[in-house]
Amino acid sequence: MQNRLTQALDFQSQALVLRAERQRLIASNIANADTPGYQAREMDFAKALRQATQGAGEGALAVTHPAHQTGQLGATDADGLLYARFSQDSLDRNTVDMDRERASFTDNTVKYEATLRFINGSVRSMLDAMKSANQG
Amino acid sequence: MSMFKIFDVSGSAASAQTQRLNVVATNVANADTVAGPDGKSFKAHHVVFQTVPMGEPTSQGVQVVNVVESSQEGRKVHQPQHPQADAEGYVTYSNVDPIGEMVDMISASRSYQNNIEVMNTAKSLLLKTLQMGQS
Repeated sequence: MQNRLTQALDFQSQALVLRAERQRLIASNIANADTPGYQAREMDFAKALRQATQGAGEGALAVTHPAHQTGQLGATDADGLLYARFSQDSLDRNTVDMDRERASFTDNTVKYEATLRFINGSVRSMLDAMKSANQG
Repeated sequence: MSMFKIFDVSGSAASAQTQRLNVVATNVANADTVAGPDGKSFKAHHVVFQTVPMGEPTSQGVQVVNVVESSQEGRKVHQPQHPQADAEGYVTYSNVDPIGEMVDMISASRSYQNNIEVMNTAKSLLLKTLQMGQS
């Protein structure tokens, strides 16, 4: 019973942690907007959340040999982060697209707040359910 | 703690941009400096940024690794009546490109603002996270 109560909270807290991580990633991209040679990076949020909540993602290719491919689209580095596709070539090989980063940052901010509200909402419903009828 | 790293990352970027703005200010201030008796005029300086890892793979800050001096020759103007003119009547001014410096200034200022905004957003998100479950 206790498990069922906190199940929704578990999912949202995982989502919140990943949102915070993505926020940090985009902040790093914005910070390095003028660094020569910096490669902007992006996170596959849906995949990361699936992995965080279910262990290994379903349908993922098994890697039993170092030469095996992970079956992921786009180039990734050792941390599983994707390299953002650049829209315009720049002379110093910097691939940060400030418009896209600002949009992603705002998008992530709103979704972080939404996740927070979901958590607050489920906490409130749980507390309401625990109250007795004459408590108001 | 994950979100607190944003302040390190954006703070390092803001500080790097401040240093860039500082160098631009030095260049603009010395745009019309003439060479002294040694014949060496002021040379424009430029900062070199580099990514600096901050613990986790998702947090990468910026630092100024070097301030390089432009190797371009100073601008020579024929002014025989000038007290600093050489034997042929030429005065060597600094090699600062004022238009390029202004562009650099605007770019540094915009990047600085972006990073401050990132920090403000992170701050408001953290404050809301602090109130989790209270309302």
